[in-house]
Formats: sequence, C-alpha cells, structure tokens
Amino acid sequence: MTQIIFEHVVKRFGSVTAVNDVTLTVGDGEFVALLGPSGCGKTTTLRLIAGLEFADEGRILIGERDVTRLPPRARDVAMVFQDYALYPHMTILENIGYPLKVRGVGKQERTERVAEVAQQLQIGDLLDRRPGQISGGQQQRASVARAVVHQALCFLFDEPLSNLDAQLRLEARAFLKHLQHELGVTTVYVTHDQAEAMALADRIVIMNYGRVMQIGAPLEVYRRPANTFVASFIGSPPMNLLAGTIDLARGLFRLNGQEPGIDLSALFGRLNGKLTDGQTITLGVRPEHLTPQVEPSPGAIPAQVYAVQPMGGEVLIVVRVAGKLVSVRLFRDEPPDLPHEIWLVPDLNVSYAYDADGNLLQ
Amino acid sequence: MNSFVIRSWLARGLLFAFSVVIAASFVTPLLWLITAPFNTQANLAVTIPTNPSLANFEAVYHNKFAMRALFQNNLIIGGGVMVLVAGVATMASYGLSRTHVPGRDVLVYVLILFSSVVSGTAAMVPIFLLVFRLGLIDTYAGVILVMTGGLLPSAIFIMRDFIDSIPRSYEEAALVCGASSLRVFRDVALPMVRPGVVVVAIWAFVNAWGAFLIPSVLLRSPDRMPASIASYSFYTEAGTPNLTLLSAYAFLYTIPVLVLYLIVNWRFGFRFFGGIKS
Amino acid sequence: MERKHAIFPARVGIIFLTPAILFVIVFLLYPFVRVFLLSFTNQTLLGTTAPNPEFVGLDNYRHLFNPDRWMRLGEFGSALKITTQFVVGSALIGQAGMGMLIAWAFYRKRGVLREVVFTLVILAWIIPETVVAFTWVAFLDWEFGTLNSVLETVGLGRPDWLFERPLQSIILFNSWRGTAFSMLLFSGALETIPPSYVETAEVVGATAWQKFRDIFFPLLRGHILTDLILITLWTFNVFTPFLLTGGGPAKRTEVVSIYTYRTAFMGRHEFGKGSSIAVVMMLINLGLALIYLASIRRRRAT
Repeated sequence: MTQIIFEHVVKRFGSVTAVNDVTLTVGDGEFVALLGPSGCGKTTTLRLIAGLEFADEGRILIGERDVTRLPPRARDVAMVFQDYALYPHMTILENIGYPLKVRGVGKQERTERVAEVAQQLQIGDLLDRRPGQISGGQQQRASVARAVVHQALCFLFDEPLSNLDAQLRLEARAFLKHLQHELGVTTVYVTHDQAEAMALADRIVIMNYGRVMQIGAPLEVYRRPANTFVASFIGSPPMNLLAGTIDLARGLFRLNGQEPGIDLSALFGRLNGKLTDGQTITLGVRPEHLTPQVEPSPGAIPAQVYAVQPMGGEVLIVVRVAGKLVSVRLFRDEPPDLPHEIWLVPDLNVSYAYDADGNLLQ
Repeated sequence: MNSFVIRSWLARGLLFAFSVVIAASFVTPLLWLITAPFNTQANLAVTIPTNPSLANFEAVYHNKFAMRALFQNNLIIGGGVMVLVAGVATMASYGLSRTHVPGRDVLVYVLILFSSVVSGTAAMVPIFLLVFRLGLIDTYAGVILVMTGGLLPSAIFIMRDFIDSIPRSYEEAALVCGASSLRVFRDVALPMVRPGVVVVAIWAFVNAWGAFLIPSVLLRSPDRMPASIASYSFYTEAGTPNLTLLSAYAFLYTIPVLVLYLIVNWRFGFRFFGGIKS
Repeated sequence: MERKHAIFPARVGIIFLTPAILFVIVFLLYPFVRVFLLSFTNQTLLGTTAPNPEFVGLDNYRHLFNPDRWMRLGEFGSALKITTQFVVGSALIGQAGMGMLIAWAFYRKRGVLREVVFTLVILAWIIPETVVAFTWVAFLDWEFGTLNSVLETVGLGRPDWLFERPLQSIILFNSWRGTAFSMLLFSGALETIPPSYVETAEVVGATAWQKFRDIFFPLLRGHILTDLILITLWTFNVFTPFLLTGGGPAKRTEVVSIYTYRTAFMGRHEFGKGSSIAVVMMLINLGLALIYLASIRRRRAT
C-alpha cells in the first residue's frame, strides 16, 4: 500500500516560497499529475517526495513511513529526469542496472532482470550500446527502464516527454499510460502541458505560486474549474473569461459595465442567493459552448469576427467581444460563412460565474 | 571573377602570411635546440651540422649526476606533484561544487591570489623556514608538498568548470537509485570529469617538471636536484657553459614534455581553459 | 528553473575539502602570515641576527621607500619602475595583444595552419624554464645569435641585445613565453559566442572591423579584463628573466622578483628585508586582484 501524503508542506528558497502549505494525498496505484506554469512549484514538490529537497515545514509520508527527514536512498523512490540522466561512460545495460548494482545484486542476476525489463520496453537489443548511440526516444525508455528495474515504492517523473518531438511524444505518452496501468505503481508526474496531464492522470493537481489551485479527475477539472486560473489553464483553447457587472433585478450581465446587457437569468437562477446586485463577476464559457448566429436573440452576446482558423477536425473562430478576444469552437470541417458582426449564444447549463477573487460561485 | 572571390582569396593569403610570420617568430628561438645537440662543434649560432652525430648525447650520458637528475628526480618530483595535485584538487573542487559553500567563487579567487604570491620569490623565505622546521629540507617530500600547495588553487580553478558542467540530474539520479555520496563521486562524477583530471594532472606535471626556484631553495644534495638545476653542472669552473653538452642535455630535458603535449593534444585537444571560459 | 543547491550535506563536503584545506593552511596561509611578521624584523640567515632577530618595526619599509636612494639602480624604486615597464610591455602589449590577435585570426577556422601555429605558441610556454633561457641566450647573442643574423640580413643591424637592450630583451622573451596563455583564453572566450550572433552581423553586411567593435569586443570585455589581470599578476611575479640576464647588466633588468631573490638569498641573506618587499608585492597583487574580483562581480551581474 503505497500512498504518498503531504501535510501542510512548506519549502522556501531564500525569500521565495516555492511550495506554500501544500496538502495532498496520492492513493495507492494512482497516477497523479502535477500541472502548472513554470515556477509554480510542481518540480519542487516532486523533488520533496524524492528527498532531493527537504521541507521547511510539514510532513511527508510514503507508504506509512514519515520520510520528511530521510535522504533519497532511504526513501525507495524511482525517478525519471527530464534529461534522462543516462551516464555516457556506462552501457545501457549498466545504466539500467545501476539501482541493482548499488544494492549489491550480483552481475548474473542484474543482467537477467535488466534484459527482462528492456524487452518489456522494447529496447532489449540496445543493451550494449552507449547512451550517445541511441535515439532520444530510446534514451527515454532506457531511463524509464531504470526506474522499473528499481522496483521502488513509487515512480516520479519530471517532465519526461518534453525533450521528444511531437510525434514521439504522443507515442511515448500512450506507452507510459499503458505501462503504469500494467505495473500499478503509484506515480507522480510533473508536466506543464495540460493535454498531457489530461491524457495520463487519474487525478490532476493544478498549482500556481506554490499553492494547489484545484485537485480533481481530468473531466472534473475540465468541466468545473474551481477558479479562473484553472479555467484559463485547462483546455486548448482555454475557457473564455468575460468580466462584467450584474443587474440582479433584471437578470442582466453587463460586459465591462457596458450596454447592452445580456440576459443570463437562467444562470442567475441557479445561483440564487449567492449573488448581490451590482456585483462584479467573471463569466466563464468554453469555446465549444458558444454558438454563433447571424441574428440577435435574447441572451446572445454581440461580437465581431477577428480570425477564422480551419483546423481539420474543427474550426476555431476568434472574435472580439467588448474589446476582448474570445474563442469559439465548431466541430465541423468547413468554416461557416459569417458576416463581420455576429452574435454568440452561450450554453448556460455549462457556463460558470466567478467572483471578484476568481473563485467559482455555485 | 567578382570581388567577393578575390576578397576571400586575399583573406586566405593574408592568413597564410600571418601564420608564417607567427610560426617563424615562435619557432626561431628554438631552432638552436634542434641543431646544436647534434653538432659536435656547436656554438651559439644555429647551424645545420655538417656531420650530425650523437656524440654530445653520449658525453652527457656519462654525467651520472645530470642523468640521475633528469631520469629519476624529475620523475619523482613531477609524478608526486601530479598525483597529489590532481587528487586533492578534484576532491576539493567537487566538495566546493556539490555542497553549499557561501562565496565559493570569491574563495577560489582569493586562493589564487595567495598562490600567485606564494609561488613568487616573495614567500621563499617563510617557505624555507617552514620546511626547515618540518625537517623536510633536502627531501623530495618537501619539494613536492610545497609545489602542490602552490599549484592547488589554480588546479581547483581549472577543475571547477569541468565539475560544474556535470548536470546535477546525473548525480541526483544516482542518489535516488540508492547510492551514497562517496559512491556517487566514484561511479558518476569521477568518470565524467576524467578529461578535467587529465588536464590538471598534465598541467601540474609540466609545471613541476620545469620548476627551478623551489627546488633551488629547498634542496641541498646534488643527488636530489632536478634537471633544471643540473643543467648548470654543464658549466665549466670558469663559469662558461659547455654548449655541446648543455644543448644535448636541454634537448633530453625537453623531449618528455613535448611528447606529452603532443599525445594530450591528439587525444583530447587542448581544452585547457574550460575554467576561464565562464 | 535551475537553482544552485547542495547535493550533499555539509558533512560530506568537509570530507572532500579537508586535504585541500590542510594544504592551504600549511603551505599558503602560514607562509603568507609569516612573511608579514618577518617583515618587521631584521632576521637573516647568517650572523647574529639569525638566531636572535630583533623587532625593527617599519625600518625595512622605510629602507625600501627611502626617498633619497630608492630610485637608484639596484634599489626598490628602480625595481618597481623596471617591473612596471616590463609588465606593460610584456603582459599588456606582448602577451594579451599577440594572444588576441592570433585567437581572432583563427576564429572559427580549423586545419593544419591553426594546429601548427597553436602548437608552436604553446610549445614556447611549456618547455622548461631553464631550457628556454638557454635557447634565448643563444638566440640573442650579439655575435652568433639567430635574431641578429636575421636582422642583419634584413638590414636592421645587429644590436647587442643582452648588454645594450636588456629590458627589451626580457620583454621580448616574456612575451614569447606567455602568449600561449592569452591565446588559449581568448580562443576559448571566442568560442562561447553563439555563431548566430556573428552570422547575423555578416548577413547585415558588417566588415571585420565592425564585427570586432560591435560584437566581439563588448561580449568579450569581461574575458579581456580577466586575462589582463591574470597575466599581470603572473608577469609581475615571474622569475624566469633571472635566468636570462641575472637582473643585469648592472641591475638594469632587476625586476622586483629578482630584487627580492637577491636580498633574501644572496649576499647577506636578509630575510627580514626580503619579507618586507614581499609584503609590498602582496599588497600590489591584492590591489590588482581586487580590480579583477570587482570586474568579475559586475560581469556576473549583467
């Protein structure tokens, strides 16, 4: 039973607080992604699990052990680094077998176990090459093989796919998901690519400025972002966020405080009691939940077409709404014939309102 | 032909001419060293010997003192300094780099300042007195230790960039695999800085090989003197140099360093100043 | 996001550092301190002041800077003046200038020419001191020396280098000896410039001079300063010219390091006096090194 538990962990570097009171639990066998922009603290969190950094406050538990003060070798974790860290002076066989060598496993047994794992990862015939002699994708798998051979309590991945080209990345992604399912090892995976996190994880932890912004399964995080940061981070293109004031009595939403007001009474009805008249809120609507139309109708938002981008399986239309750029997504091949001035109808069942602090109103 | 082609030929020609001038300027003072040893009538001029012979070398061979100086003492001193400097500097550089030492860079520069002073004639006085107190006057150990001390800061300076260039993830991966710090040093760091260690070792050896001042101050008995001092045994009592023997001896004295350089250059290229690049 | 953090605890670092620390304390710090203390005594190797040195305060220093005599040949002031000329000519102009020129000429070029030139320049640097001194005595000889043979052929006469132009001789000698260091340093520095910077300039149409002025020089300023200070320190302390001229004729090439040697290890072996010279040299070195450190700091900050 390998759970990983963080209890109010804080880590500072000088005057910067990289990890700011983080509490989370990774369940046994679960694949959790740490997602966020550069500098959000996700890598530091991973390194805290590994023991490459030590927490200033809080506790970290792996399995049921308190490992907060223990060095990496006492924690029994396996880690795959962004640059793979394959030693140029060792063969692939020796590289993969290194965790076993350190534990005093005999040469014969090491070779056998490495060969077995290498086969599983389809690099079985590269074992006597050097890292410089194999491709990037193969290096990546060799690095993963080392982690597998380690047979540790959990896997830690630090952006392992970011050095691969786009095509390889997709293949490797599928491969990693499959592998983790087979092995059932508790995994923590750091990435800045939201699509990667969505595709791979059982749950996603979204971080910003060292704090946890939201934790949830991919669909949950996608459908109900808990705040405007998550809303603008998940999804490509991200959720459209429009600020404005509300006129509660008449059920209207004034974009940037300007006329005309948009009829959002259906949305307001769902939030009864939570809103006050004149309050500033941010309306959140995903691009695929906006329908363009040529004629106005109640609840429609006026817009001017800015750019039309046919993408193959879908069409992205960028429009101007009250001075801001908004994305609309249509699931069709051919772009529709639209005039410059159009109206957008939001699907209010899947639209959200956020308060002035950016938190979801519900 | 358009002007670009002409200009590029001109540039090539200029570079060639420049190279010839520089090469000639640098090799000319050394010509005597290649011609005089083979000339039984050698004088200070550079003349191609009419009857090149190895007679000078044979005569030098009979000078037991000088021979021992070169083939024994130089090797002992050179080898000792090389091993000590490479070993201590690598460990120290690694320690400085991998643990948090505040003001590390300043420290290294301060040490270099110290060493540049201490290797000058300036500190010969206290070094002499110190070695005297330690009872190491006229011993190999005294010379080796003092030279090591003087070379250490610069050696650390050179090693520093080699060590900094190992990505930390390599050592961290080893730590996560379960290795102890000593193990990480041995299995990961050391093999990866081997070129740096070689550079430092060679550099230390070359320095020790040619050293004159420190041995002249710290050694007394003739059978411990290195070749730099032994060269002066080829002067007559009247104080004039015996050019035939001196040139042959100087030639022998130079060859090992020359060969070493050529080997190192061929295998590694002269990546001496990784340290100063930053 | 790469932070410089410790991989090992401090305890491990201490183990790695201990041998070096021992060496530094015994063979660097101790002599450094000892020299300082000795400079205030009249310690000598022989005579009464050997076993019983007396504390003489600043006497040694006063003697060095005695305004009546200090600029005479064979005194400290003269040594300083000679050393300054030596350093400017040999280090700043000779080594740095020549080193930069060669590094620049062969920038991004490969091939036999580069290998030959670099090898010869480096050979001048690694051949043992005494050998180099001998070959230069032969080279500079008035009657037989190669230099004069060449000069005469070209119609520039045959000066008596070692006797009439001793300072020029040692400047020439030391420049030849030390160019390799600057050449390698600048070569390395040039290689750190991303080729795209230079290529952009070429596409824009800059000439060689413009490229040097606008791209290379600004980007290399830090390295140039590093080099200048390092070779100044080194040239200031170098002793090898002693093997060429012995400080003569008549003390005309007695640079400070030779003056120290003569004071402390010849004649009356005056250790106390020698130490005071050493302290002054140290202070000058310190001044130069501080300039160096300050410029490094500024470079790191940009």
